[in-house]
Amino acid sequence: MKELTLMKGNEALAEAAIRSGCDAYFGYPITPQSEVLEYLSLHAAKRTGMVVLQAESEVAAINMLYGAGGTGKKVMTSSSSPGISLMQEGISYIACAEIPCLIVNVVRGGPGLGTIQPSQGDYFQAVKGGGHGDYRLIVLAPSTVQEMVDFVPKAFDLAFRYRNPVMILADGALGQMMEKVELFEPIPRKTNIEPWATVGKPKTRQRNILTSLHIEPDKMEQINIHLQNKYKKIQQNEVQYESYKCDDAEIILTAYGLVARICKKTADMAREKGIKVGVFRPITLFPFPYNQIRELANKVKGILDVEMNAGQMIEDVKLAIEGKVPVEFHGRMGGVVPTPDEILLKIEEKFVGELV
Amino acid sequence: MDEENICIKENLVYEKPATLLDTPMHYCPGCGHGVAHRLLAEVIDELGIQEDTIGVAPVGCAVFAYNYLDIDMQEAAHGRASAVATGIKRLLPDKYVFSYQGDGDLAAIGTGETIHTCNRGENILIVFINNGIYGMTGGQMAPTTLVGMKSTTTPYGRDTKIMGNPLKITDLIAQLPGVYYATRCAVNTPNNVRRTKKALLRSFQYQKEKKGLCFVEIVSNCPSNWKMTPLESNKWLEENMIPFYPLGDLKSPEGKSIKPQNGE
Repeated sequence: MKELTLMKGNEALAEAAIRSGCDAYFGYPITPQSEVLEYLSLHAAKRTGMVVLQAESEVAAINMLYGAGGTGKKVMTSSSSPGISLMQEGISYIACAEIPCLIVNVVRGGPGLGTIQPSQGDYFQAVKGGGHGDYRLIVLAPSTVQEMVDFVPKAFDLAFRYRNPVMILADGALGQMMEKVELFEPIPRKTNIEPWATVGKPKTRQRNILTSLHIEPDKMEQINIHLQNKYKKIQQNEVQYESYKCDDAEIILTAYGLVARICKKTADMAREKGIKVGVFRPITLFPFPYNQIRELANKVKGILDVEMNAGQMIEDVKLAIEGKVPVEFHGRMGGVVPTPDEILLKIEEKFVGELV
Repeated sequence: MDEENICIKENLVYEKPATLLDTPMHYCPGCGHGVAHRLLAEVIDELGIQEDTIGVAPVGCAVFAYNYLDIDMQEAAHGRASAVATGIKRLLPDKYVFSYQGDGDLAAIGTGETIHTCNRGENILIVFINNGIYGMTGGQMAPTTLVGMKSTTTPYGRDTKIMGNPLKITDLIAQLPGVYYATRCAVNTPNNVRRTKKALLRSFQYQKEKKGLCFVEIVSNCPSNWKMTPLESNKWLEENMIPFYPLGDLKSPEGKSIKPQNGE
């Protein structure tokens, strides 16, 4: 039976991790996501024997995740922007060694120590690499507390399907806000041994080595080609998005996460005024729904990209549009959340004159 | 005994351990890594734990340690080997886990991970090769470089006013309650080799008994970057390294018992 309850985003995510049969969590406190570590410390070990360890730093946490993930079990960490920056070294290694794991970034305003208020300033870092070398994370962007729950088992599935780190990219508000959530039935702990995992070498197989070091350029190129082919497959198979009132829309708002919810409200308000506005929301930020946005461009007069940053996803939106229609931007930074009113004002400023 | 008879199996005192792969090592002639690897392989063989051991290789000269040991291994980022080992051990508490790290890896970039892994008393073995210099990057100063010792970044010798003092990291971590056994060995003489092997053997036995963290420092040489022949480097090690890093237990179940074993 599904369980209906009221939960804070961070805690709901932690509960989903327990229910997903997660074997281990390594993390370090940082606002606005410390509740993940706190909730797991309180509940996880007692209920499931899950390993929960507070590391001495984010650097240690991500490397513990590397080691633990190498055993082929379900492992996760979470942090917020400055902490994720510290983890980038480890994430690059994990991506190259192809270790499945879940990394949660509950984003706060930056750069630097910034603010503890919500932001989407880590889009580039999450979807374009972040650490050194050519690699990609699969990035899921929830927009409700319910999705903070639902994306956890989905993330583990994707991580193991592709042997790739998966990131849940949520802004600080989603971590902190309370909403009604439906919790899924606990999934049994994973018991199979992955053939690539370092668990001790039985006589029946060759030793397993998990490494990101391939000193011969030819070998390193082969590894890179293999990774790029994997990312292509992910792009072909795993794109997810949501469209809201896009069918007859003349103006499309592109937004992800919490901002997409605000944009839906804006679309409703605009339609009351007779302006046909729809919302296109990428759910996977990598792979990005380029084709779907390109198709929309054939039907609409313009696009307004709305983000809580200086304009990061807009670069992907523009790549998708290929200059077919104007793409305008509205962004707030430093932890300020845009309101439906100001977005509507922007629509009117940028597009309405032309529609008349 | 003629040559033919020496090479028959019954006459061999040592054979290649099963855990040591038949791969030519990349280490420089006279370097201590080869002996240390072999000792690990011998100990793993003797305890019969090849199928239950997972190693973590460092960044540095031993970055390819997994090419020589026939066990499951992970390669860690620079300095992070003990954090990686922690992750493995926490999920596989009944397996034997060790990290193998050099002085730059363990005592410079990875000091934080080293101290905290030891302080948590992770039930693992840390093998620490201390040759007082950065080998792989070409002979720069290490935290353990001796005062006055020349390196490419201390071309006039290490000056404590500028570069600070050599770090006796094993002395530091021996103070931590989570550390069960901390010892300093060397592989420059047959006696020291045997003592190092005993230390490794004890460490794996303690790990089986879940006693806590074991830390084996191996004071070693780097003929290439010390700009010496292997023999000269061993002599220099005896005359300079070991007096500053005296061999013996810094912490053991029987109590601390540092016994300088110079020239043994």
